[in-house]
Amino acid sequence: MSLWFSIIVILVLIAIPWVGAGIPGIQTLFGVVIPYIAIAVFLVGFVLKVLKWAKSPVPFRIPTTSGQQKSLPWIKSANLENPHNLAGVIGRMLLEVLFFRSLFRNTTTAINEGDKVTYGSTKYLWAAGMAFHYGFLLIILRHFKYFVDPTPQFVNWLQYMDNFFQIGLPIIYLTDIVFMAGVGYLLLRRLFDAKIKYISLPSDYFPLLLLIGIGTTGILMRYFTKVDIVSIKELGVGLLSFSPVVPEGISAVFFIHLFLVNCLLMYIPFSKLMHMAGVFMSPTRNLVNNNRVKRHINPWNYDVKVHTYEEYEDEFRDVMKGAGLPLDKEPAKEKE
Amino acid sequence: MSDRGKIVIGLIIFVLIFTLPMTYNMVAKNKAVGAPELEIPPEAGKECVRSTEYMRPFHMDLLNEWRDEVVRHNDRYIEGPDGAMIEKSLSNTCLDCHSNKENFCDRCHNYLAVYPYCWDCHTTPEETAQPELVVAQQPKEEN
Repeated sequence: MSLWFSIIVILVLIAIPWVGAGIPGIQTLFGVVIPYIAIAVFLVGFVLKVLKWAKSPVPFRIPTTSGQQKSLPWIKSANLENPHNLAGVIGRMLLEVLFFRSLFRNTTTAINEGDKVTYGSTKYLWAAGMAFHYGFLLIILRHFKYFVDPTPQFVNWLQYMDNFFQIGLPIIYLTDIVFMAGVGYLLLRRLFDAKIKYISLPSDYFPLLLLIGIGTTGILMRYFTKVDIVSIKELGVGLLSFSPVVPEGISAVFFIHLFLVNCLLMYIPFSKLMHMAGVFMSPTRNLVNNNRVKRHINPWNYDVKVHTYEEYEDEFRDVMKGAGLPLDKEPAKEKE
Repeated sequence: MSDRGKIVIGLIIFVLIFTLPMTYNMVAKNKAVGAPELEIPPEAGKECVRSTEYMRPFHMDLLNEWRDEVVRHNDRYIEGPDGAMIEKSLSNTCLDCHSNKENFCDRCHNYLAVYPYCWDCHTTPEETAQPELVVAQQPKEEN
C-alpha cells in the first residue's frame, strides 16, 4: 500500500513536467517559476521549522551515556561516550554528523541453530547510508558548474577524482555509481526485509523513490539521451543570478530532473528529511553530561509555597507538647 | 535554559551556505554572457561528418567509437556525407575544418568545465606549426 502510493505519486510528479515541457510557452513555469518557489519554500520552511524546535526549553542534560562518566581523577572517563566538556561534545557531534557513529553501532537480532537468539553487528545500513550521503554531497558540489560561472576550481578537482579511472565515454562518474548503489540498497532493504517492510510508510518510500528518480534522470541525460548542457548552464546560472532565461532546445528529461529536485526541496522542510537539521539538535548527543558537576535549575520553576517542619512545629508546639510528642525545640515557658 | 542563540547562529550559517551559488554569481568577475559562440574558419568544408544536432551532444561518442574502430580493428575510413571516403581521425579530419581549438572546442568545454583527455596525446594545428613543439612532442604524436 505505502509503496504503491509512493510509486503513483512519483509517476505523477514525472508526468507533470513531461507533458508540461512539451507545451510551448509553459517552459518558463518549469524552468523559472517553480524553481524559485521551491527555493523559497525550502529556505523559509527550513528556518521556521528549526525556529519552532528552538523554542523547546532544554532544562536538564539528557545525553546518552554510553561510557564511563568523569568522576574521580584515577577513574578513566570516556569523553566521547560521555562528554564532560565542550571538546567532548564537539568530538561526539563530528563523529555523528560526518560518520553516522550511532548507526555504526547498529546490531541485528537473529534466531540461529533452532532456538538460539544471537545478536550481531550489522554495518550494511551504515555503509549504504555513508555511500548515499557522501555520493549525494559530491554530486551536488559537482553541480556547481551548472549553478555559477566561471566554474570554481574545486569542481575541476572533484571531477578529476570522480573521473579517475576514465571508464567509458562520457567518463563514468564514480559518485553516480556510489549514490545509486547506496540509495538502491536503502530501498531494497525496505522491500525485501519483511520486518522493515512492515514498518515502512509512504514517508519512507517517497523520498527514496524521489532520489532514485533524480539520479536516474541525471544518468540518462549524461550517458544516454543527452541534453544541450550549454543551454542548461545558461538556465541554471540565469536562475541563480536572478536574471532568468529559458533557452530553446532543452529536452523534457531535464525538466523532469529539475522538477523532481524542486519537489525534493519543497518536501524537505515538512518531512523526516529535516534530520539534516535535527541531527545538530539532538539533546542526547549535543549536551555535556555535567548534571553532577553543575546545578541545572528548571527555567520554568515557580516559587513553591513550602511549609517546613520547623514552621509546622512552631504552629502546633503546644498541641504536640500536650499530646506528649517529641519536639525539636521545647516550648519557651518550659525553659523559664 | 534554551539554546536559541546558538541555533540562530547555526541557521544563519546554513542559509549562507545554501545561498552561496547566488552570492558567487553576484560577486563573480568575467562571467560569461549567454552561451559561448563557436568559430569555424571560412575555408572549412560545408558539411560535417554528421549533423550539428547530432554532433553537439554526441561528438564524444563518435570520437570514442572511431578510436576503438581504428585502434582495435584497423577500420580507418568511413563514407562522408558527400560520398567521399574520409579518415576516422581527430587530427587529420575534424581539425581540418575545426582548426582553431581555442575558438571552437575550448569555448564550450571551458564554459562547462569539461576537460577531455584528447589533448593528452593529440596536438592542435597551431602546435604542429611550431617546429620546436613538434620535436618535443614527436614521441607522443598519434599517426
